[in-house]
Amino acid sequence: MTLQTDDRYKMVEKTMKKLGYDRSALIETLHTAQETFGYLENETLKFIARRLKLPFSKVYGVATFYHFFRLKPKGKHTAVVCMGTACYIKGASAILESLETRFGIKAGETTEDALISVLTARCVGSCSLAPVAIYDNKSVGKLTLEVAQKTIEELIK
Amino acid sequence: MIQSIEDLEEIANKKKCTEQSCKDELRICIGSSCAALGSTDMQKSLAKTVKEKELQKKCKVKGVGCNGLCSAAIMVSSYDKAHDKEVIYGGIETTDEERLLNLIESDTELSDKLLDTNTPFFTQQKKIVLENAGIIDPNDIDDYITHNGYRALFMAIEELSPSEVIEEVKISGLRGRGGGGFPTGLKWETVLKVESSQKYIVCNGDEGDPGAFMDRAVMEADPHRVIEGMAIAGFACGASKGFIYVRAEYPIAVEKLDKAIKQARKKGILGNRIANSNFDFDIEIRLGGGAFVCGEATSLVASIEGNRGNPRQKPPHLSDYGLWGEPTILNNVETFANIAPIIRNGGAWYKAIGTEKSSGTKVFALTGHIKNTGLVEVPMGITLRDLIEKIGGGVPDGGKLKAIQTGGPSGGCIPEEMLDIPVDYDSLKEVGSIMGSGGLIVMDESSNMVEVARFFMDFSKSESCGKCVPCRVGTTELTELLDKFIKKEAKQSDFDLLKEMCVVVKDASLCGLGQTAPNPVLSTIKYFEQEYLEGIKND
Repeated sequence: MTLQTDDRYKMVEKTMKKLGYDRSALIETLHTAQETFGYLENETLKFIARRLKLPFSKVYGVATFYHFFRLKPKGKHTAVVCMGTACYIKGASAILESLETRFGIKAGETTEDALISVLTARCVGSCSLAPVAIYDNKSVGKLTLEVAQKTIEELIK
Repeated sequence: MIQSIEDLEEIANKKKCTEQSCKDELRICIGSSCAALGSTDMQKSLAKTVKEKELQKKCKVKGVGCNGLCSAAIMVSSYDKAHDKEVIYGGIETTDEERLLNLIESDTELSDKLLDTNTPFFTQQKKIVLENAGIIDPNDIDDYITHNGYRALFMAIEELSPSEVIEEVKISGLRGRGGGGFPTGLKWETVLKVESSQKYIVCNGDEGDPGAFMDRAVMEADPHRVIEGMAIAGFACGASKGFIYVRAEYPIAVEKLDKAIKQARKKGILGNRIANSNFDFDIEIRLGGGAFVCGEATSLVASIEGNRGNPRQKPPHLSDYGLWGEPTILNNVETFANIAPIIRNGGAWYKAIGTEKSSGTKVFALTGHIKNTGLVEVPMGITLRDLIEKIGGGVPDGGKLKAIQTGGPSGGCIPEEMLDIPVDYDSLKEVGSIMGSGGLIVMDESSNMVEVARFFMDFSKSESCGKCVPCRVGTTELTELLDKFIKKEAKQSDFDLLKEMCVVVKDASLCGLGQTAPNPVLSTIKYFEQEYLEGIKND
């Protein structure tokens, strides 16, 4: 499929147009692109660089600066463990460790079969439910190691 | 279109009439903690049932922002209009939907879920910023107008001059709620005095402290209040354009703000010739990308301009050289949320609350080993002990309080013995912590202070933007040194090095991130030295 006919690029184009193709539109455009494509691959970044008349290095530099942007696709499922202070002092690191051991990957990585990505968040703002993890967009609070393990097995079943 | 205070009153009165026809309101909290337990779906489903059963005249099922007591999620309250009486229920589960329907249909109380509102958690708070949270529907601009919304903006435009608005803010003694505590009125005055054809108002909604969720709650529960505060700032300083910089991790806040801006534009509250005057003002949202350093003023501005969020040397300050080189006011969400009540009630009213040097109230996010986790707003000057033991309900399960932490990665730990100090900018600074944006984490005896310090240092390390060496290398080295103490493999010389390096990073870093990063280590060394000494291997 060429760039012009792929509808997803139209979404990205729309954001740039709304902001007048100004260089300050870069971060907003990257947000739209990630939302549309799921992650930011080099082709997409090059497309944005061309349209905003920015060097590719600049676009790449901005995309890698912010934690929110992903340059690799996510797995079929995601488990995001909140590592905010409240979650940390209530044992979030043990939950993260158990996930890392279970799938043999480190936080931020995806299993080879693309089944699951194990991610961390700085703080999801649900501190009163600490520790919290988000499984495929569903938050589960007041986690224990046991519940965390059970939830993940059900998720990938 | 709303063009005057009379127009606002007309909406408020009309709204009141239609609401009087429905006897009661059922307010379901759809704040983040309650939503995590399914309150949003429950509210929608219940509202649908009520409509199907044609009960909407009897009761309006509203989704409202954070009610505060997140540990009692899901919170629901029923409001009796005729008697102005609110009954609050806590610990509601999605399976209770049927019982809530019974409450509406036949006034059957959920007596087992009733919360006692005579407890200090409810009686000792003073709500200004959060006065509408948990009460109004954030999706409905008319509901905001009914609760005195946009009154202050129109008062400012119709009755006051820009310098009179600034004078009120100065009299109020309001200080920046993002943590720094710079007097807001002074900041505005500087920008008013700078001559420029274009000025900007920027709202910092990039709440980055792990363990802090005050701004999120304000944006989700009462987005119009932030818009009103920004518009008043625009009027006072002669700015026609505003930006709200919000974390992309807060999708609900973004959605509520976006909706609120559109509604305000439609009503003529944002746009050209507001209130039939020559004042133009509009706001755009910019999404943050999850970089803690963007809480620093110059980084945030760089990020809005579409760049990496690297800070730069100050001066020039933003008031002279801000967004795209123009004079810019940057305030935090909570600061803007205080503006409308100050203009409405006068600066002197605000000044009378709190202490001499720190007036008004402060919103705190109470988390950690504490019974009543959630959001509280208290007058400045209350002691930390009252805040934690009375309002917060103390440490649960018979645990013993060891220390509290304020200010996140830039703040420090305060030991139990010092809890009798008042909550204000200067007292907290004196004991080696900072007010910060309002995250307050309570730790019991099971917490190891060196590990807490390492947690924050690791955070600062990964969030360091890498521009200046003291911060980039210093935070990495400090994390590694702290690791040695945790593994109990440190030498006496490591302890000396740790202390020395903290001072270097503090003194030599370019921006606030590096300058404050050693605070958690320094304060834990000061009050919990023994725990560091235990990490030193004797040989």
